[in-house]
Amino acid sequence: MDDLLQEFIAETRETLEAISGEIVAWEAQPADRARLDAIFRFVHTVKGSCGFLDLPRLGRLSHAAEDVLAAVRDGKREAGAGVVNAVLAIVDRIGEIVEAIDAGVSLDDSSEDLLIAALGEDATPVVAAQSTLGNRVASRSVRLNVDLLDRMMSGMSDMVLARNELARRLRDGVTDPAVEAALERLSLTVADMRETVTRTRMQRIDALFSALPRMVRDTTTELGKTVNLVIEGADVELDREMIELMRDPLGHIIRNAVDHGIETPAERIAAGKPQTGQLVVSARQSGNQILIEIADDGRGIDTARLVTKARQQGLYAEADLAAMDETARLNLIFDAGLSSRDTVTAISGRGVGMDVVRANIEQIGGRVVLTNQAGRGLRIVIHVPLTLSILSTIIVGCGEQRFAIARQAIEEIVRVRGAQVRIDTIGDAATVAVRGRRMPLVSLGALLKIDDAPPTNLVIVSTREGNYALGVDTVLDTEELVVKPASCAVMATRIYAGMTLPDSGLPMLLLDGSGIAAVAGLNFAATAVTDESVVEPEEPGIQALLFDDLDGHRRAIALAVIDRVEPVATDAIRFTAGAMRLAIGGTTVPLYTLGDLSGRTEVPVLRLTDGESEIAYAIAEPIEIVTLPKAMAPARGVGPIAGVVMIAGEQIELIDSHALFAGEPVVRATQPVCLLQVDGSGWMETFLKPALEASGYRCVTKLGAGEHAAIALAMEDAAVTDSLAPVVTLRRNRTGQGAHDASIYRYDRPALIAAMATRVSAPAIQKGAF
Amino acid sequence: MDLFLIAHIAGRGVAIESGQVDSVVDIGDVVAVPLADRAVRGLAALRSRVVTVIDTGIALGLDPTPAEARRAVITRVDGHHYAVLVDSLEDVSLFERLPLSPGLALDRGWARAGVGIVERDGEPLLVLDLAAVVPGMVAAAA
Repeated sequence: MDDLLQEFIAETRETLEAISGEIVAWEAQPADRARLDAIFRFVHTVKGSCGFLDLPRLGRLSHAAEDVLAAVRDGKREAGAGVVNAVLAIVDRIGEIVEAIDAGVSLDDSSEDLLIAALGEDATPVVAAQSTLGNRVASRSVRLNVDLLDRMMSGMSDMVLARNELARRLRDGVTDPAVEAALERLSLTVADMRETVTRTRMQRIDALFSALPRMVRDTTTELGKTVNLVIEGADVELDREMIELMRDPLGHIIRNAVDHGIETPAERIAAGKPQTGQLVVSARQSGNQILIEIADDGRGIDTARLVTKARQQGLYAEADLAAMDETARLNLIFDAGLSSRDTVTAISGRGVGMDVVRANIEQIGGRVVLTNQAGRGLRIVIHVPLTLSILSTIIVGCGEQRFAIARQAIEEIVRVRGAQVRIDTIGDAATVAVRGRRMPLVSLGALLKIDDAPPTNLVIVSTREGNYALGVDTVLDTEELVVKPASCAVMATRIYAGMTLPDSGLPMLLLDGSGIAAVAGLNFAATAVTDESVVEPEEPGIQALLFDDLDGHRRAIALAVIDRVEPVATDAIRFTAGAMRLAIGGTTVPLYTLGDLSGRTEVPVLRLTDGESEIAYAIAEPIEIVTLPKAMAPARGVGPIAGVVMIAGEQIELIDSHALFAGEPVVRATQPVCLLQVDGSGWMETFLKPALEASGYRCVTKLGAGEHAAIALAMEDAAVTDSLAPVVTLRRNRTGQGAHDASIYRYDRPALIAAMATRVSAPAIQKGAF
Repeated sequence: MDLFLIAHIAGRGVAIESGQVDSVVDIGDVVAVPLADRAVRGLAALRSRVVTVIDTGIALGLDPTPAEARRAVITRVDGHHYAVLVDSLEDVSLFERLPLSPGLALDRGWARAGVGIVERDGEPLLVLDLAAVVPGMVAAAA
């Protein structure tokens, strides 16, 4: 969080410096729309950052200023001297507070109400309080011009090449150990240095994503929504400059998605969607671009509303609006001052943001693509150019030439001569079956017109559309390479993703897996269509979590019931007051389990909720989220199992959430151990054991180390070994010896089970049960 | 008067506007770029920079530039560096740029790349637009 705060301070400071000119210009010409937009963007950005940095004072100020500026933008207020002065006073105050935060000193906030009051329609102008703040504190971070970093990077590469050249020359000539040692030291330093220099430029996109969970959490809490955030591809590396520039746009998009996109739980249920909204943020590299995708399953954008709004505000001529196709209508969202929302919240305001978002992204040469499904969600893909990137690559050889392939695109590499590989020709198309899996084969040599020799190695390349095998001559090496975009003349071939200069000093091309598939004419259309239907929730089936239960069965439970899945220590689970309970913080939650907890120190627990009460359900392991088929075979009898569904050809028991919350009796987590005092006749093992196990006991004839019996059973004539557990005695005769005879006829099953149950649940033996 | 670099391409003298010239170098080994336009000879390393080497002869629709040609003019087109191979280079001097003579019928690539004329001691030299020599620009823009 400190990092984020530092970023915020540095950035606000910088923007303030940048817009100070705008402010003066606006003061001179209050009607200037461009200036107004610039100042509006500033306060809006500050407001957005305050939301998740928890800076209520700044938030209040910027929100107030934003309100007024929005009114001016909409033409509801005149940008008179009073407004300008009041807004400027607030902008100044924002600057002072930011400095105060950085310096760690407190700033008197008594005048802030006055500043906000001054924004009112009929307020008297205020004189901005003179700043009393002293010196700035020295910061441990500095901001550098990117050009400087670029020069450092290329200087570094030159140094590496010079080192290589020197090493080559020395190898040919003298072999003075002292010279070699010096060279060795130089090499180490250079390698070390290169890594450092590279790190100055590159950063894992994780740095951008790590703030999202908190942001989503805070936003959802404030709005009373539940959202499940999924982050994928956080290890993609991106130019630090890009990461910084992406921070605001991404924050805006995420907040918009939560605020405007995802509905309240009640609305979602009414719309037949799971109560918890899904928000998926992913990053991946594709060709010479990084794609950052933000997909939600909310209500999408109502384009008809956008058009109405645009008409009301007179942003476009009526004829233009009528002529717009769906895409153009959707793109109205990017127009400054237009929003599909009428109400204003502290979270994302008026759907501004989107014009800011697009401005910021286009500034770095990227673009934004929207895919809208009204009522079903919105997908925003941000394309960012790959200015510079470090990729882990595998170097392959084809004829005399070498190429790099991004490692993340490679599924595996197999030798053609291996037994599990079979190459066939179907029609004119070459295919290969690797361990029975058939896929198209593209020979790199033939594709690139280098040679027609049959390939000796197959690189299985996975693309978004499907997998194929790329035949190459040799697989040489793995290498971390700095990849730069190739020139247009090279990119026009569509099969390269970029170029790189390895230590050899000879340029090398990076192959683009998807591009090769396209150029080779591979047609994944059929699979692509099914893929698409998986991504889009085509059939509104109920989503369920598939898991392995503690008793070894695979079961499923509706996803909407699950609040979260978390591991708990088995120490926190106790059989108390007639039921299994899980201690969480200061309270307990009923725990349901169908299996044995013994031998585990930690167990994953599903925290289930119906919105009011909570139940925990201990499982062995969560597996995946599946969509339930419509057909279900109902369960026979009552119990926590609703029925059986077929998932991927397997019979899966579906948990009856209703029964769980309706207060089904909670069985014990640990099956009580029943010690059988066997007498050698085998009757106990053969006759009694199955009956007892059906009633939930675990029968042993001998206690293991550290094991405690909950109860022991003995025949009337058997010698009872010393046991801490209460003993139930069985007799062979139907009738007992008298009134005081506590023994039970060995075939009187109901009586036996009842007797065991009363004895086991007696408090004195609680310790033994665990 | 503008500064022009006088070069020889395919046996003919041409003038290149100095603003288009990043540097003049002798390139090293060239790595082929399979499937690229024929006019792309390949990639070469220029210190830490990778440049795309253009076979100027082919780009202008003439005979290929000899394989041993090493001398090149580095130019920057659309953010990328290209090495345009030349036969030889003369000096840089100031010339008055003249429009192409009316009715002058330039053939093949010359028509696309020729943007004017300068006169050196009465000898007319075609002003060559290096950006027009780079292939793929049209394809990339489409």
